[in-house]
This record gives sequence, structure tokens and C-alpha cells, in this order.
Amino acid sequence: MGQKVKKIEEVLDVIKSGSTIMIGGFGGIGNPPTLIQAILERGIRDLTIICNDTGFPAIGVGKLITNGRVKKVIVSHIGSNPIAGRLMEEGKLEVEFSPQGTLAERIRAGGVGLGGVLTDVGIDNEIVQKGKKIVEADGRKYLLETALTADTAIIFGKESDHFGNLIYDKSARNMNPLMAMAADYTIAEVESIVPDGSLDAESIITPGVFVQAVIKTDGVNWKWVWE
Amino acid sequence: MGLGIEIRSRIARRAAQEISDGMIVNLGIGIPSLVANFLENKKNVMIQAENGILGIGKSPAKGLEDKNLCNAGGYPVTVCEGSSYFDSSIAFGMIRKGYIDMTILGALQVSEEGDLANWIVPGKIVPGMGGAMELAQKAKKVVVLMNHVTKKGEPKIMETCTLPLTSKACVQLIITDRAVIEVTNEGLVLTGIMSPFTVEEVIHSTAAPLKIRKEIEVIF
Repeated sequence: MGQKVKKIEEVLDVIKSGSTIMIGGFGGIGNPPTLIQAILERGIRDLTIICNDTGFPAIGVGKLITNGRVKKVIVSHIGSNPIAGRLMEEGKLEVEFSPQGTLAERIRAGGVGLGGVLTDVGIDNEIVQKGKKIVEADGRKYLLETALTADTAIIFGKESDHFGNLIYDKSARNMNPLMAMAADYTIAEVESIVPDGSLDAESIITPGVFVQAVIKTDGVNWKWVWE
Repeated sequence: MGLGIEIRSRIARRAAQEISDGMIVNLGIGIPSLVANFLENKKNVMIQAENGILGIGKSPAKGLEDKNLCNAGGYPVTVCEGSSYFDSSIAFGMIRKGYIDMTILGALQVSEEGDLANWIVPGKIVPGMGGAMELAQKAKKVVVLMNHVTKKGEPKIMETCTLPLTSKACVQLIITDRAVIEVTNEGLVLTGIMSPFTVEEVIHSTAAPLKIRKEIEVIF
């Protein structure tokens, strides 16, 4: 088995300013807190981020937006982060919206080696269909939604072994398994690293082949909206 | 949102009456998420959340929240017997494939044709569509819960939406702090009013023609 468990200093060189990174999570839940903090401390900037949403201003991926590290986001929603909205208005943050299920499939397509997907979601919506090819298949019309890939994915899981086999925790799974597959280099931040052979092979959600590095989380360093 | 919790709860309680035993229901952010608290008498209803849960239960007691078990709005939930967790692609697989019997969403505007606008306010911050397009387009029934008028007192139910649409002709029922309105082939039908509002007040604050059902439900 590959030895993928690393210290955070060993993996951060992979994330370069100006690169495209996928960040797992949904409203902050399932965002990798330790890796986000490390990106902030290293001064990495001009990032293009692919994420479900932009979190909250002081929660999760939202902190990267608040600190001006992001030049573009590809997301389904920014409503819970007013700072993202303001930066978009001021022309300081480029925002590309995808309907959430379409975003998930674009990432999945990138992760499984496909060029895109056909969907009728938003086909009669002038904003969503703008600039997209319409494809007819079996007599029905679909939008061609192109695949998404990234230089790096930073994701959050519950447990990993040394090969990077991953399981997740409840609703913190969300986009994480899809993004794990879609990047050139995937770093999984996990709550615990367990001995090889201790994960039930039938329960593994992300096979370790998709994961290049595993780090142990320091835990969340923000307060949740409900706290 | 601007409405007190009592009024929000009353809207949610009325929406819960629309849910029958055995339904798969998706609840949106805001007032719709409160509907989960009014399902005591329903059997085998499974609440879906697009962040990856089927089988949401009531809100947890204070101190028993699980940070990794939240609804799509980011608030802690519990799960019921038979629940499952899955990734976002599976969550939207259920939605696109047509397994959602009802979705209960918020809205900025609804037209008399049932057009839904809930993702862009021109000149203001653009929140994005989230999962609303898939839900509006693919759920078997779309119920909207919202304030009857904007903060400035302008109608949100109108002949034609002026805001960019989320999806066309998808809404079947509108429940507001003032009224219950069905979207039918013959136009909008007022079927209920929320006390103390009167039929006249509802007509006055609605910018589309309303047919009035003979036996109006009064909700207290």
C-alpha cells in the first residue's frame, strides 16, 4: 500500500497561486478547515475555486473569499456569503453559476473521464442556456454541460487508511467524493487515520486510487451559524 | 425574512397539511425548513435535503446538535428510521429522476401561470439558483411559501414575473402570511385566508386576478 499520510507542510507546495482548486463542502459543512487555514497562512492567492457555494463570511471556504484570495468561483450559490455578493457586484470576483445538480454532474464527469453531460435542467432558462450547445438525443433536447476538473482538490472525510480509502460523515459527504475523483492531485483532510485493513471494503465511498495525500485535521476553527 | 416566528410557523403548519403519508418531500431554506416540525401525524414521510440526506427528522434539542448533520440551510437536523446519506450527485439523481413528490420552496415572485422567480434580484446581490432549478423543474408538485408582499409592500404574486425566472409554469400552490392560492388552468384561485386578513385585503395586495373559492378556509 502507498504511504500517502503526510504532514501539511509536505503537501502545500502542490497548491500554487493562480491554480484551480475544488473544495468539498456545503454551507461550510464538509469544508476542510485545516487546509483552508494553511492556504490563508501561506499567502496563496488568485485562486479559481470550484465549490458548491461560498460558505459564510467567517466559515469554511468563505474565509478565502473574505481574505481576497479568490479571483473566480464556479458555484451554485453565494447567497449565504454577502461578501462574495459584494465582490461580485464590484467586479472583483468572477462568478459562474451552475444549477447545483448540474454542477455535481460536471464535477463527476470530470472525475470519471467524461467530456460532459446532457441535461434538460435550465434548458428554457435564457441565463443558464446562454452560450451552451443544445444536443438532440432520442428525440429530446438537452444542454451540453461540460466537465470540470482541477489542479487540486481539497476534501474532508471522516476516516482514511494509508492508501487513502475514505469514508465520510453524514451530510459532510456532499460534493467531497465527486471532487476527490476530479483533480490531478487530491488532498483528503480527515478526522482520523486508521490502520490499513480496518475499513470495511464494502463501506468505502472513495477508493484510495483517487487520493494522493492524506492529512489529519486540526478541527473546525470557526463558529457555526447555529452556535 | 421579516416575518415573526409565529407567522412563519403558521405558514409552515398549513404547508404540512399538503403532505400525505408516504411522500418524499424536499424542503427549501427558510420557512420551508420549518415544515419538518409539523409532521407528527404523517406516516412514512421522508424529507429529502439536497445536501445528501433522505429521512430528516425534527430539529435536535439544544446541546445535541451534530455539526456534520445539517440541512441545506446549514442548520442541525436529526434523522428518522430508514434514513440514508449520499453525495450531491445522488441527491440530484433522485430529484431529476422524478422521485420527489413535493418540493416546498421560497420565492421572490410567482406569476399567475405558476412561473417561479427566486434566484436573482437585479441591482442587488445575486444569490444564485442553488438546487432550486432542478427542484422546480422536476418535483411532481411545487409549493411556494413566502411573504405576500415585499418589504416595501409591493405584490409578489403578479400576472407576469418581472425578475429572471427560475423555472416556468411549475408552481401549483402558494401559501403566504395572508392567503392560500392555487395555480390552476383557469388562473389563480384563492382558497384560504390567514386571519385577520380579509379577502378584500388579499385581492388588493395581489397583482394578478384572483378567482375566489366559494368555501374559503380561514386559518388562525
